[in-house]
Amino acid sequence: MNGVSFNFTVPGDDFTRAGEASSAIKNKLKSMGIPPAVVRNVAIAVYEGEINMVIHAPGNGRPGGGIITITVEPEAITMVLEDKGRGIEDVDKAMQEGYTTAADEVRALGFGAGMGLPNMKNYSDEFAITSTVGVGTTVTMKIYLNK
Amino acid sequence: MRCVVTIKNIAELLVCDILTCEEPDKEIHTACGSDMMSDVLAFVKDQAVLLTGLMNPQVIRTAEMMDIICIVFVRGKMPHESVIELAKDRGIAVLTTKHRMFEACGLLYSNGLGGGAGH
Repeated sequence: MNGVSFNFTVPGDDFTRAGEASSAIKNKLKSMGIPPAVVRNVAIAVYEGEINMVIHAPGNGRPGGGIITITVEPEAITMVLEDKGRGIEDVDKAMQEGYTTAADEVRALGFGAGMGLPNMKNYSDEFAITSTVGVGTTVTMKIYLNK
Repeated sequence: MRCVVTIKNIAELLVCDILTCEEPDKEIHTACGSDMMSDVLAFVKDQAVLLTGLMNPQVIRTAEMMDIICIVFVRGKMPHESVIELAKDRGIAVLTTKHRMFEACGLLYSNGLGGGAGH
């Protein structure tokens, strides 16, 4: 397996910086010669996840935010988004389009409409989510390179 | 019949001020009008223009992830200099029009630009 992995840190709380990690990931994948359509799908899926980390994993005196790990292998790109946020009480509900626990301030910024997780699932070929209330959430997504 | 619409055409049709635009002759194939970025992120379109009333840096980030090549701020809104800079850095054209969202979308639609549905 000749895979290559890289990590990106997402700061919690700072909405103006949300998207910097996804932007860096997009540029990195582009420079590796990954097909543009795949790069776009990865970028969108990771960006929604990054926004979620900022919205739902605020620092509040703790580090907050999370880590995005991207692994590129010949057959697929794997994205692991791990945060130490407040966790999700009902994951099935959270996966429904339109379900949200985001505050009004977040909606005023153009997010928090309950589309984030469904979008992430739609753009990936494999999707898994585990979450523990008070501990954090981990989303693992895979996008195949040869479809 | 599909018309060829460029960024320059859009600027003319909507009487826009051009805040940044490096390739005015770049073709636009589809358009999307929304203030909800997650709705924008739900549907990939090629060579698209985004019309929005939202003014934060996430509009540019959303466009960047989607490969959207042009953003039009409606209702005469003027984004912060840092937002324009971010777009410039990413090669995304930014225009601002006095038209409201409904009118701006209607003008583009009636001049041959579709929403990309079913493509």
